[in-house]
Amino acid sequence: MSTAVHGHTHGHDDHAHHPTGLRRFLTTTNHKDIGTMYLWFAFAMFLTGGVMALIIRAELFQPGLQITHPDFFNQMISLHGLIMVFGAIMPAFVGFANWQIPMMIGAPDMAFPRLNNWSFWLLPPAASLLVVSLFVPGGAVAAGWTLYPPLTVQMGMGMDLAIFALHILGMSSILGSINIITTILNMRAPGMTLMKMPLFVWTWLITAYLLVAVMPVLAGAVTMVLTDRHFGTHFFNPAGGGDPVLFQHVFWFFGHPEVYIIAIPAFGVISQVIPAFSRKPLFGYTSMVYATASIAILSFLVWAHHMYTTGIPLEAQLYFMYATSLIAVPTGVKVFNWVATMWKGSLSFETPMLFAIGFLFLFTIGGFTGLVLAITPVDIQLHDTYYVVAHFHYVMVAGALFSAFAGIYFWLPKWIGRMYDEKLGKWHFWLSFITFNLAFFVQHFLGLAGMPRRIPDYALQFADFNMVSSIGAFGFGLSQLLFLYIIVKAIRSGEKAPARPWEGADTLEWTHLPTPAPYHSFETPPLVK
Amino acid sequence: MLVRLALFAVAMFGFGFAMVPFYRAICDVTGLNSITKRDSVPTNTQVDTSRWVTIEFDANTRGLPWSFAPGSRSMRVHPGELVHVVYEVRNQSQQVIVGQAIPSYGPQIAAGYFRKLECFCFQKQQLEPGETRQMPVVFVIDPLLPKEVATVTLSYTFFELNAATPAAGSGKVSG
Repeated sequence: MSTAVHGHTHGHDDHAHHPTGLRRFLTTTNHKDIGTMYLWFAFAMFLTGGVMALIIRAELFQPGLQITHPDFFNQMISLHGLIMVFGAIMPAFVGFANWQIPMMIGAPDMAFPRLNNWSFWLLPPAASLLVVSLFVPGGAVAAGWTLYPPLTVQMGMGMDLAIFALHILGMSSILGSINIITTILNMRAPGMTLMKMPLFVWTWLITAYLLVAVMPVLAGAVTMVLTDRHFGTHFFNPAGGGDPVLFQHVFWFFGHPEVYIIAIPAFGVISQVIPAFSRKPLFGYTSMVYATASIAILSFLVWAHHMYTTGIPLEAQLYFMYATSLIAVPTGVKVFNWVATMWKGSLSFETPMLFAIGFLFLFTIGGFTGLVLAITPVDIQLHDTYYVVAHFHYVMVAGALFSAFAGIYFWLPKWIGRMYDEKLGKWHFWLSFITFNLAFFVQHFLGLAGMPRRIPDYALQFADFNMVSSIGAFGFGLSQLLFLYIIVKAIRSGEKAPARPWEGADTLEWTHLPTPAPYHSFETPPLVK
Repeated sequence: MLVRLALFAVAMFGFGFAMVPFYRAICDVTGLNSITKRDSVPTNTQVDTSRWVTIEFDANTRGLPWSFAPGSRSMRVHPGELVHVVYEVRNQSQQVIVGQAIPSYGPQIAAGYFRKLECFCFQKQQLEPGETRQMPVVFVIDPLLPKEVATVTLSYTFFELNAATPAAGSGKVSG
């Protein structure tokens, strides 16, 4: 399927001497090919994780156990989380980084093209380990994506496969991030100072630093689980004086920055799309850069807000509550800047802009519920309820995923040289927007009423809202098939895109490169004034 | 650049492990998680007859074929009163097994007020096949126990010593 995308992208280019077919994609070092592979891989994983989500929602359609065995339900919950976070959203944004960063800073390619190829090809084996783990004795990991011991110390070999998958995925992310940092710091076109970089590039620079800092910590945590399981160590095993709570500290030291690893590139995409369709420069560029950096730094200092119920002392609870609330300040700066960018702009509402505005609304809701959860006494009530599930799906789906959609519709003409069907794109947005809220808004009420997460059955009074939520989830899943159709249609028979389909977009890839972007771009760097 | 960033990643991998001793040190300094510390007799030994506290006893085993139960499931005591309870453990297998028990308390805040004067926790217990052993626990509830705590649970879990943790793949939890 990847070949279909590229059948068109390189047609116009004369120096594209490269192998064709499968070998082209196995051996490619071209940032555009690799970006495309990342995006298709992420989409395939998105559908895989989506099917798992629908199995979960089908089981929860009615109270009682109808479809799945509870243990299989737990495996679905865990794999859905792992696959969506590490297989879908992160690779999708790395795909954007590969396509866009070299073009936006005027570089011919990534700094380490061969490393780039390897970073990508680490992903499919890791993903297959996760999927294969469903079929080994004992089944896949069933302790939730957070992999808390003591459960994970006791599970079957599916857990070992998940640990190896995480090692490989972590390796891929670290290599990709090293590549991105080096590209951004060393390969900018003459005249492009750091403070002239497009915000998308800035957000990826910060994200890549976060990744290099925390992915190794996750690798360390799961390695400790692995040695506890097989080599008689007792990091987390109380029998030998270990402490399961320690895992939570190590995990969330990774886990909280991870949340921003997903969110910050999304901020970057939105910061490109909103100015383009408001026909105004981004409001408060400098403050955006500093806000993003301070979110990244704060993300290292708030991890225990995931652990209010573990019995941490009152002083620690207070500190983590205040520190967490502090994150609302730079995030608020960003939201107000986006709104101020639209203020008095000449707005038009093509699909990318619709997704960006949808992001703005729903991400803000997710941010506010996050503030509610930051408050310790409230969180102790809501911990592990559907309120938390609603909160992070507003941030992950309506935040990260919507911004990925916005980015794909925005840059697709540049990538393939053809326009998507605007009418269908708008349908995709409205269907996604409505069904998303149908699926997740009601989960706030379920959580407030006390429905625990990760349980395949529930009390009767939750039945109506769960039915609504399941209907919404299936609607949302089906809407994504429309997305696939739109993309395939654009690749096969989309209208030819003009050189600058969006007149408000003014970064280098729009102003200095033809549409579609040639296979090799910026062999001589442009001069940035 | 490549080398420096790679070194940074390796250093962060080490940092993950460095969190283990760091965590221990923090817990020691702040006195959190200090279940291994010897309990002292409370300075105020006056029995507070104006209030009752319910003590619940719980016993678990993990990964070893022993039966383990408290002599009584729960009792009502006054704070400051000296209390005895006997736990009984029996080796139901045909082998000699060495185990060790670890206590925990609920609610966690009560842990600091639960003064055990005699206890079998953290002691090696070697049981011959079929052997039964009675193990006393003597404790005092510190009268300073916060007023809102009306029930305290003392829970022991026996783990097997000198054996690998339950084989991975067994996927079973006993007790």
